[in-house]
Amino acid sequence: MTMKSFPKPSDLPVPAGAEGWEEIYPYYLVFQDALKEQEDAKFWFCDSQHWPTVFKPFETIGGEFAVKCLGQYNARHLMIPNANGIDFRIHLGYLYMSPIPVPEEQIAARVPDFEARIGHYFANWESKLANWHVKVKGTIADMEALSFAPLPEKVPFEDIENGVGKDGSEVLLENYDRLIQLAYQNWQYHFEFLNLGYIAYLDFFNFCKEVFPNIPDQSIATMVQGVDMELFRPDDELKALALLAIELDLDEHFANTDDPAATLASIAAAAGGERWMAQWEQAQDPWFNFTIGNGFYAHDKYWNVHQEIPLGFIADYIRRARGGAQILRPTQKLIAEKERIVEEYRELLDPEVAAVFDAKRTLAATAYPYVENHNFYIEHWTMGVFWRKVRELGRMLSDAGLFTEAEDMLYLSRNEVRDVLFDLVTSCGVGSGAPIGAVVLPEKIAHRKGIVDALQTARPAPALNTPPQSITEPFTRMLWGITTEQVQQWLGADETQDGSTLKGMAASPGQVEGPARVIMHADELTQVQPGEILVAPVTAPSWGPIFGKIKATVTDIGGMMSHAAIVCREYDLPAVTGTGSASTTIKTGDLLRVDGTKGTVEILGTQPALTGPGAHSHSHA
Amino acid sequence: MSNNDFIEFFDGGKEPTLDSLGGKGASLVTMTAAGMPVPPGFVVNTAAFRAFMGTGLEDSINTQLDGLDPEDIAAVDAASAAIRELITSRPVPADLREVTRAAYDALQARFDSEAPLAVRSSATAEDLPDASFAGQQDTYLWLTGFDSVGEHIRACWASLYTSRAILYRLKNNIPDDGLCMAVVVQKMVNAKTAGVAMTLDPTNGDRSKITVDASWGVGEMVVSGTVTPDNIQLDKVTLAVITEHIGDKHAEMIPDPATNTLVERDVPEERRTVRCLSNDELSAVAQLAKRAEKHYKSPQDIEWAIDADLPDGENLLLLQARPETVHSSKPVAPKASAGGYASSLGFGGVSSITASLSKIVS
Repeated sequence: MTMKSFPKPSDLPVPAGAEGWEEIYPYYLVFQDALKEQEDAKFWFCDSQHWPTVFKPFETIGGEFAVKCLGQYNARHLMIPNANGIDFRIHLGYLYMSPIPVPEEQIAARVPDFEARIGHYFANWESKLANWHVKVKGTIADMEALSFAPLPEKVPFEDIENGVGKDGSEVLLENYDRLIQLAYQNWQYHFEFLNLGYIAYLDFFNFCKEVFPNIPDQSIATMVQGVDMELFRPDDELKALALLAIELDLDEHFANTDDPAATLASIAAAAGGERWMAQWEQAQDPWFNFTIGNGFYAHDKYWNVHQEIPLGFIADYIRRARGGAQILRPTQKLIAEKERIVEEYRELLDPEVAAVFDAKRTLAATAYPYVENHNFYIEHWTMGVFWRKVRELGRMLSDAGLFTEAEDMLYLSRNEVRDVLFDLVTSCGVGSGAPIGAVVLPEKIAHRKGIVDALQTARPAPALNTPPQSITEPFTRMLWGITTEQVQQWLGADETQDGSTLKGMAASPGQVEGPARVIMHADELTQVQPGEILVAPVTAPSWGPIFGKIKATVTDIGGMMSHAAIVCREYDLPAVTGTGSASTTIKTGDLLRVDGTKGTVEILGTQPALTGPGAHSHSHA
Repeated sequence: MSNNDFIEFFDGGKEPTLDSLGGKGASLVTMTAAGMPVPPGFVVNTAAFRAFMGTGLEDSINTQLDGLDPEDIAAVDAASAAIRELITSRPVPADLREVTRAAYDALQARFDSEAPLAVRSSATAEDLPDASFAGQQDTYLWLTGFDSVGEHIRACWASLYTSRAILYRLKNNIPDDGLCMAVVVQKMVNAKTAGVAMTLDPTNGDRSKITVDASWGVGEMVVSGTVTPDNIQLDKVTLAVITEHIGDKHAEMIPDPATNTLVERDVPEERRTVRCLSNDELSAVAQLAKRAEKHYKSPQDIEWAIDADLPDGENLLLLQARPETVHSSKPVAPKASAGGYASSLGFGGVSSITASLSKIVS
């Protein structure tokens, strides 16, 4: 039987205007002609779950650090017997991944190391995790302390007196290197516990599949998932602030949250406003280090910088609570339901098997919450600080005449930025008055902007080359939902002429009907109306407040443990993830029936194309 | 409407015994007492059977059976026919007839108009996990009027003496002395959909599943295998649908108002290939099966029906629950290995990590 295949990288057309796109990324991130044979022999899937839009050159840092560090924990720390890391390339602006298996003959030899290493972690889970928090927060504090001030006109006399002997440029260079290094450090920490959380989960998962053949994946997820999680804390803080505003009768001050300064000033001046402001201030650190993006893009907006976002959410919660809605998550109900599910499965087992079930479930339930909670510390908090510092540096370099605007820096790779810094300190050092970059960079950056914009006009291919007969690598299946069936469905998608039913993962149970709202980008979230079904390439858990409005979620990519799946189970909403093409097949206004128990999305009726806000937009910041 | 020596209402409040009510009758009484949605009715108990047989029938029957050769099928058939003729033609003693009539009237008094009834035999040895010969007794559906009910009660009694039943006892050395039969008289459900449900996966005994077979009309066609029903498997804990096969439900048994009987008719094309249960109905059937299992503390095989005349939410009725006999004596699930992470990630290492971890995390 000849396998159907995805296109080869070289088969994909380069969008007009994007010619020469390879030059904007480092050589090691793009497919190489000299390696064509090896690279075409491998199967690559697109990770549009984490990187749904085209990388600007500086932004590859998140992809590089994340996937490299994921790999090192499989291949070097934990010695996972059957899985090395995941190879990755950028092609036409999108990230493609290819898991690297361990050769059959080496698997057995890795087992003793693997078991000794994970055994050590699981045996010392609490103390090691406590230490992780210390390390991660320490990194964030160090990063927060970095600054990118302009170089002084001349060396201060104080430094002369003290015999410092340096002109301060070394601080700029050191701080930049330090910023990159601290981000790298927390990305290493990110995976220290993540792979372990997945291993404990998979151990319980496979056990459940053995004793309860065909048990729905959802049931297994529910049995180990936390209910009260740090990841949901920012959203919970907003709900508490909304309820406090109602208690203090401050509703009227939330009339125009697009102006956060005026809104906050008017609250502070109101009776009871002082108490509300105190709670608002307290919630910010650290919980407003939270983005409506996913932490991987410089354009991600963070609550503590863009206060109109949390204020808008609070205003919405106030309206809903005033309208009689229960805005608090049904925590008690979720806990009771989780306990019922665990107990009912357990009762089906013989006592000795039930003991194994208990041991495996307890371990998974101990280790698994990390999988959700780490997201706040790394993607939100660490990366929030990181991008803030990057913008600060961009502004300084722009003020120094190197860029037309601060964001231009994103069109250089991180190592090119290092050259620009030395250009700057050289121009100061020699007293030439202007860095060379001032005349070189604007043209280079304008050219690159054109390329990025052109790349952005095309969606990525779901995968490249010929898929393997079956996909067994556990992390690929679990994190990305890349299963044999999923791949076959992508391949068969062209043949489904009617296209009225999409299949994906049954990620969160329940069946509802409602109108679709297609959201291609986090900035469009304000368009979501109550009672709509959210359709997106991918969602982030930080879209929390939206989940209180919508009826269901449908995504193009993501598995049982994707953010959309986790958040929908948390909010008791049906979800179908990993449909491959929902966001491009469905149009805003289409009437959908979403069955999160079966994993199907039916388009019951289509709308004529909309042209207003919420029309199928590919806008990007 | 109260119990007496011969009659026990499902909701009469008396502790049921197998000896008195037979398996089916006792089960209907306990299910009613447990608050499950059982259509109302009563049991004509084994004391009634004995009172009837005590009118001199036993001697005549024994004469027929005496020296019967189980290999001589023609002789067995002749004896069977003669005995059943004896039973169905024999008048019921006046006192028994009177209390049965009163029970019939009391049951009908619960409905706005005279309701059709079902009469089913309820043997004392039927439906037991280790002596399963279900199907050897009779069921009569959609009976109207007391005379018809009375006639079919005797027909049930007579069903103890079908050729098959006589042969079964002869070959298994089961004496006729203690032979007993109770009879269930129950309001007929006007089933729009009906079927069976098992609280396990009958293909492997997996007790985390519920398996439902459902078809249009009265459930007899599902039980007898004359239609291919919809077959749906659900997760027992979350009630999520795991697999679903839509059967070609070509025929259904439904009441015919003209003749006041059940008739079999073809199912129109557009209803054959759609699932005959809505999501809510399917969940309700699964929940009912779970309740029965919880009540009896063993895997159950239930018969259920959805009444066309009752409002949604009150229209699912339990007709019968009996222990599932094929798998319930086997291990509930394969013994999963307590093997290490290596094995659960899909490669063949063996370790005792889980065992040593269980004490760490507990």
